[in-house]
Amino acid sequence: MTIDEPASLLGLEQLRVSFATPQGIVEAVRGISFTIAPGEILALVGESGSGKSVTARALVGLAGPHAAVSAAAMSVRDRSGGTIDLRPLSSATWRAVRGREIGFILQDALVSLDPLRTIGREVAEPILAHQLLPRSAVAGAVASLLARVGIPDPEIRAAQYPHELSGGLRQRALIASALAGQPALLIADEPTTALDTTVQQQVLAVLADLARAGHGVLLITHDLGVVAQIADRVAVIQNGEIVEAGPTREILTAPAHPYTRLLLAALPGAETRGFRLSAKAGEPVPPPAVSFAKTRILEMRGVSVSYRRPDGSHLAALADVSLQVDTGETLGVVGESGSGKTTLGKVVLALRRPDHGEIKLYSQPWSALDESERRRSRGRIQAIVQDPLSSFDPQYTVQRIIEQPLLLHTRLDRAQRIERIVALMDLVGLSPDLLARRPRALSGGQRQRVSIAQALASEPELLVCDEPVSALDTTTQAQVLDLLSTLQAQLGLAMLFISHDLRVIQHMSDRVAVMQAGRIVETGPAQDVFDNPQHTHTRNLLDAMPSFGFAMVRDLDFLRYPDARTAP
Amino acid sequence: MTSLEGIARTSEASAHSAAARRRHPWRAPGLLLPLAFVLMLVVAVPEPQWFTSRMPDAVDLDAIFAPPDASHWFGGDQLGRDVFTRVVYGASLSLTIGLGATAMACIGGIILGISAALAPPVIRWPLVRCIDILLAFPEILLALLVIVVLGRGPLNTLWAVGFGSMAGYARLIRSQVLQVRLSGYVEHAVVLGEPAWTIVTRHILPNTTRPLMVLATIGVGTSILTGSSLSFVGLGVVPPSPEWGALLADGRNFLDIAPWISLLPATVVAISVISVTLLGRRLQVLLAQGDVP
Repeated sequence: MTIDEPASLLGLEQLRVSFATPQGIVEAVRGISFTIAPGEILALVGESGSGKSVTARALVGLAGPHAAVSAAAMSVRDRSGGTIDLRPLSSATWRAVRGREIGFILQDALVSLDPLRTIGREVAEPILAHQLLPRSAVAGAVASLLARVGIPDPEIRAAQYPHELSGGLRQRALIASALAGQPALLIADEPTTALDTTVQQQVLAVLADLARAGHGVLLITHDLGVVAQIADRVAVIQNGEIVEAGPTREILTAPAHPYTRLLLAALPGAETRGFRLSAKAGEPVPPPAVSFAKTRILEMRGVSVSYRRPDGSHLAALADVSLQVDTGETLGVVGESGSGKTTLGKVVLALRRPDHGEIKLYSQPWSALDESERRRSRGRIQAIVQDPLSSFDPQYTVQRIIEQPLLLHTRLDRAQRIERIVALMDLVGLSPDLLARRPRALSGGQRQRVSIAQALASEPELLVCDEPVSALDTTTQAQVLDLLSTLQAQLGLAMLFISHDLRVIQHMSDRVAVMQAGRIVETGPAQDVFDNPQHTHTRNLLDAMPSFGFAMVRDLDFLRYPDARTAP
Repeated sequence: MTSLEGIARTSEASAHSAAARRRHPWRAPGLLLPLAFVLMLVVAVPEPQWFTSRMPDAVDLDAIFAPPDASHWFGGDQLGRDVFTRVVYGASLSLTIGLGATAMACIGGIILGISAALAPPVIRWPLVRCIDILLAFPEILLALLVIVVLGRGPLNTLWAVGFGSMAGYARLIRSQVLQVRLSGYVEHAVVLGEPAWTIVTRHILPNTTRPLMVLATIGVGTSILTGSSLSFVGLGVVPPSPEWGALLADGRNFLDIAPWISLLPATVVAISVISVTLLGRRLQVLLAQGDVP
């Protein structure tokens, strides 16, 4: 395909972007070429740092002041049918292109919408800036734009501020503002990453509708589930180069490049339960190394927690929640944001005292204890959080972070502690060279490994994992999930695994509890809940799960590891 | 640097021209000039004789009201004392008051601020109100109050200036503590099983004092000024001690005939305060960028 082909909205050949940093010149994008036709959704897939966002930003001239952008060709078709060469544009002409010829949808709607402006004002901005309509017609245009992206009551919503809208509505409002200048081409940078599965579906549906209406869409994402669902073509990007591109179905069912296979194999789901996702993907996780009697570790009975809203009313974060966790098992807790999952984790960790009900640890009181009495047993329940950076004291080195629990719960001397720290680092697959680093100087995956090492230092029996992989991209997520299941088998850990991602829950859990508005609406063995959901909410959640065939992944794994799935 | 190194550096610089264009933050003149001046002051405190061969109280009858010249850089005062020498020796008193008062204010502020954030409500709320009330008074007024109670003298001036600025630090610490207390790492420390006292000393205290260091550096300048002001109105350090404020006060009666007796020491005070403040600001910027560990 060449860019002269009249069918293409966007033509890009040999795009290169490099950044001058104090450490030297970093080439973020190294010769990327693709085209997008009207009505087509092209997905650019890769892990963080692969150069996909930089590519998107270069296309709208927002790569930043320190970026050097060059391309053999970079042009967009304008509304009159001619082509605009994007390479030599000045900032004034860029402004004419942005919003008018290319609509850009940013990742995080909360930070991308001005908190001091109403939604309507935000959506009207491109119309006013490009003087597309007389002022009297703007309000009507805004309402119809909002309606077009599926926002109910557009007139009311237009008068509201971003903080008054839910995440999904905000993201859709952002799409509406990108559409306001009637651009033929839309670029969406991770538009659904911060959203719940059900909301993600709504936003994807809007994008699919827009493509059907003739817009070309460049979708930047790391989620192959999203890709499978709406993209017509996929380009897989690694280290600033496209390693594989083609029709979605072809790429996902018969990936040629090892990196694409790696990405596909890293997807968790029903079929991957008990098997590895990374490195030796498809191999079964070794069976438990320790045998243990099945005892009840944690028992929650009738626990309720409510928060006071600023206006004095009460919000029930947990309502009459009962559950239990036995030795060596994983209880997956799934629900949308605001369903009380995090509060559940905090109550189990005794960071929040329940208003009603009780939590027992090994049939002994836990939530009812005084903090001074509980402190001695705190080592038995440890936590892994979504953003380990926030749970590490910024002044501590990795060594000191892992040493913290050793100082508190063991009587080891200095030499023994260091020996143990090195052993723990080894257990989570980190080199001892990192011990002197501060967490800020680690990658996301390394940080999560450090936090796992820290949690294991006090030899806990129960790990409370609150969205431990939500901030990681697919390949890192696969490694961390593998690590957790391997450790669980090795050490006989029980886990309370909280996540909004059904695929992760399905991959990790023995039993599942589904939460909605502070209540557990369904609980049971993972297999039963996923195969035969009883509650409507569970069914809704499952329906919203990116439906792309895990069969594809499974077939792939069979290809590579013929014996893997038949192993006991 | 040899010429060869110079060539090597130039070629390196042209290779990374974009990186080289951005100046290293430590090399900005806004940092280097004040730093040089402050270093000079710091040397003048223990070793004033390095800068002048005269004594601050030595009277030279020929130098009465002598205008500034090569031998008396800042001229002579009404008793024929060398003004420059007095300024150099005065640095010791003024800087000690500035640093000491700030240190005292910081320590008091930390204790007050942490208690006002973490003590049980019965203690906490009266403390918060106390801080608010103290903040309502100008620093100099509070300092005057202390002088009235304790009397004049260098040490009392230090106490007075320190007390005057304590409430500001306490307020800052309190808001920092409240913020750090809600942070993920403090919550995580509870999960790890750390006792409350360890959490305060190991996590909360170190993480709140960082912004305090910046405010304190800027505060030293202000404290020097407040101390000098007290001496100027005759309530701080008493003549014939060569304190900077006292020097200004000495010269004000002779402004018509010998303006240098006041003006030149005043210039030194101004440059010192500006230098210290600039250093503080610079430090603040560097800390915000994360260049300083």
